[in-house]
Amino acid sequence: MADQAVFAEQAMEYAPQLYSAAMRMTRNRADAEDLVQETYLKGFRSFHTFTEGTNLRAWLFRILTNTYINKYRAKQRRPDESDLGDIEDLYLYKRIGTLADASIGRSAEESLMEMLPDDEVKQALESLPDNFRLPIVLADVEGFAYKEIAEMLEIPIGTVMSRLHRGRKAMQKALHSYALERGLARSGSTDSATAASGQEND
Amino acid sequence: MDACDGPDCNEALRELDLFLDAELSDDAREGIRHHLDGCPDCHSAFDFHAELKVVIHQKCQENEMPPGLLARIERCFDTDFGGDGPLG
Repeated sequence: MADQAVFAEQAMEYAPQLYSAAMRMTRNRADAEDLVQETYLKGFRSFHTFTEGTNLRAWLFRILTNTYINKYRAKQRRPDESDLGDIEDLYLYKRIGTLADASIGRSAEESLMEMLPDDEVKQALESLPDNFRLPIVLADVEGFAYKEIAEMLEIPIGTVMSRLHRGRKAMQKALHSYALERGLARSGSTDSATAASGQEND
Repeated sequence: MDACDGPDCNEALRELDLFLDAELSDDAREGIRHHLDGCPDCHSAFDFHAELKVVIHQKCQENEMPPGLLARIERCFDTDFGGDGPLG
């Protein structure tokens, strides 16, 4: 049986990662702090169910995710999956991929890292409904495998994949619109063609 | 700008997510790599998305923990140790 003193010793190193994920999930600091604290307290109390030698980080993230879904998501409006609409593949790449694009200030030499401000990337992620935001937080921010994400969210792997795919496209569309707002606002002529033509379901 | 649209390209692009997320088998991964070596258009598209994934990973982190949070959690452990004290 795993010991509570061992938990206190080993689990704290994951606090910055758990806090980052909690911020992207709850979208505000007070709730993120409460969520992380509650995650640790639940982990501390149920550490006897943890199988030693398995992945403590994934175990903690599973508690974090479950706690968020059960407690904080209930406070928000029901996520509406059709909000994302139908967005074409390679959305951002087709608009700013390799060509110099004066309208949003990307030159061929400028990296995405320089071009996309931190707050816009966070905002683009946080603009997504939970169903799409959580898989991206777990996959892209925290680096978990599809199988681990499927277990944490209690959905099939195929659903993880389709939500990641659709969520990433929506995030790209948000990033593009922020860049246009910030830049010289040359509206993409193809945008109207992609608006809400249909829905794919997962 | 047009992305590539040959049959091999379409097949490669269908696996873009799986490739970037390291969810492909070694064989499938090797097949994509082989295609990318000979197709600058796909190579460019894959590079772009690999870079975007790194950008999201780095820029969605919180660089600092709120002061006092760790201490508060550890105080919880102390008061809760071996027992079943009140949450929070």
